[in-house]
Amino acid sequence: MSRVCRPMASPRVAPPAGNGRIAARFAALGAQGRRGFIPYVTAGYPTLYHTRALLAGLADAGADVIELGIPFSDPMADGPTIQRSSQGALDRGTTVSDVLEVLAELRDASDVPVVIFSYLNPIHSRGVENFIREAVDAGADGILPTDLPLGADPALEAALEACPLDLVRLIAPTTDPVRAAEIARASQGFVYYIARTGVTGAGAELRAELAREAGAVCAVSPVPVAVGFGVSTAEHARAVGAAADAAVVGSALVDRLDEGGVAGALELARELRAALDEVA
Amino acid sequence: MTRPAPHTGRFGPFGGRYVPETLIPALDQLAAAYIEASRDPAFLAEVDRLASEYVGRPTPLYRARRFEAEAGVAPVYLKREDLNHTGAHKINNTVGQALLALRMGKPRIIAETGAGQHGVATATACALFDLECVVYMGTEDVERQSLNVYRMELLGAEVRPVASGTRTLKDATNEALRDWVINVGNTHYIIGSVVGPHPFPMIVRDFQAVIGREARRQILEAEGRLPASVVACVGGGSNAMGMFHAFAGDEEVALIGVEAAGEGLGSGRSSASLTEGRPGVLHGSLSYLLQDADGQVAPAHSVAAGLDYPGVGPEHSHLKETGRARYVSVGDGAAERAFRSLPGLEGIIPALETAHALAWVAEAGRRGELEAPVAICLSGRGDKDAVHVAGLPADG
Repeated sequence: MSRVCRPMASPRVAPPAGNGRIAARFAALGAQGRRGFIPYVTAGYPTLYHTRALLAGLADAGADVIELGIPFSDPMADGPTIQRSSQGALDRGTTVSDVLEVLAELRDASDVPVVIFSYLNPIHSRGVENFIREAVDAGADGILPTDLPLGADPALEAALEACPLDLVRLIAPTTDPVRAAEIARASQGFVYYIARTGVTGAGAELRAELAREAGAVCAVSPVPVAVGFGVSTAEHARAVGAAADAAVVGSALVDRLDEGGVAGALELARELRAALDEVA
Repeated sequence: MTRPAPHTGRFGPFGGRYVPETLIPALDQLAAAYIEASRDPAFLAEVDRLASEYVGRPTPLYRARRFEAEAGVAPVYLKREDLNHTGAHKINNTVGQALLALRMGKPRIIAETGAGQHGVATATACALFDLECVVYMGTEDVERQSLNVYRMELLGAEVRPVASGTRTLKDATNEALRDWVINVGNTHYIIGSVVGPHPFPMIVRDFQAVIGREARRQILEAEGRLPASVVACVGGGSNAMGMFHAFAGDEEVALIGVEAAGEGLGSGRSSASLTEGRPGVLHGSLSYLLQDADGQVAPAHSVAAGLDYPGVGPEHSHLKETGRARYVSVGDGAAERAFRSLPGLEGIIPALETAHALAWVAEAGRRGELEAPVAICLSGRGDKDAVHVAGLPADG
């Protein structure tokens, strides 16, 4: 079985502006009939040393794209786990420059696609043009701003769409179908479907409607569909893999990092990778 | 004054809707419901009826003659928002927004609060309309405003203490936004100031604009002319926006917003976003913001819990940039002295927030830098602060 989400017949309004590394990775997965694994890492938590080890380890453990999170003081879309990791990273003095530096170091060893996950203000504060240049130089492939919904800031969105980074967009369960299709068409690299109406955080169960909802996004999306928020276990990963192109796992990895260190987090990563490979 | 475009909600470059995608439909729904309601004579009549029968409007515009003598400027009028039901201007907004929630069929209300005034006003409106009410409040504020916590609970609200971040209004707002993201289907978020994503800054401004409309009419009656200076304290900026709005087209009226300088400008312990901050994105809008070089939001400080916020409403940023309003600041000590001074002069105990505006008028008046007539928004009563100030060193 190839991609769950087949490309739409109609062409995109604009061609993808990214460097193509994310698209290439999804194309390779599609050719193999495999689902993508997208782990999230809060940069600098608990220390930058851990982040370096985690990034390198995740690339080896079969991550297809890594979401590298810039810690922010006021993460309003995040639940307790990512709040804690973000605050922990900031308490250690983690800066945006540090985040870009660990990314550049990863690039010496791996070409795994990396999407920078950030709230808008650290990017805005640096100057969007500056940030884009530095992120591209560091080897980033995409950017995922959590608080920049479609249409919120046309000039800024145009700048991000035109830059060499893929602008990854989010669709929520509350998004109506017409808007969801617009968001999918505007998203570059892949589109992120939020698995539940809520904030980030590990959960016990995925909602019963998730497969149908993800399927509806797949049906209209010209780019692969990744599903995240509450995806915590191998069982969840299998369920997501059956319904979409990739699974995003964040809080569960951070929790495991707290409990079992980098080795523990990587163990969970390998379990999730294996679970996704059971879907075919 | 600028009417924001319905879909972008911009005041010049400021404002907008920088929120998680999950909230976009709720913001669209709110904007549509508000526009529809604001054209519905029955809705407007209901707002007016509650303002007069329940809130106690119009509030008096009172000439403060003994304060004038102290401040060396006359005449000075106080717009007595402290005489509203629940003791502050906040209820003008909460009654209006609770009516909107009813219109949208949302049975559950959430709010954030700093000083507790907005929390009490929200709890009050929810009791009135039989709505479920949850109020988020930073643990530091729960401690310094314990009377208001008790009042909210008495009114049937659940107060949820927030121990994350700086444990004040900013973090209470984060937590309220998270609750809204989770429960957006049945919940309306009654935001307490002219902050947040569009359409909140516009809606809150419009419900508070009754302050300035009344004050403008009242001072014309009393003085036969418009005030030369209109002054209000600014945290998020809702009493100031409500006071300024009716005067915005009167170019001869100086609009002056007084921010909290906390322990002093440059100390790193202030809440003076417009004076010391630079534009940034927090809680869904682009506005002046206290932040570090890396774009992390800086902790705010003020002795007044209601001003202890690192951001400010986007329309204030616009008024600053265009020069239509001027923003100044007053520190903790001067505000505390004003808090202690007004009761003996006028028999009025002002809120610590309001005391910042009074302190600035007294200082500017004594320096001969303030043009009269002056109209100050006396945004709230200070009973809630009495215990806290009594515990501070006597010389402030």
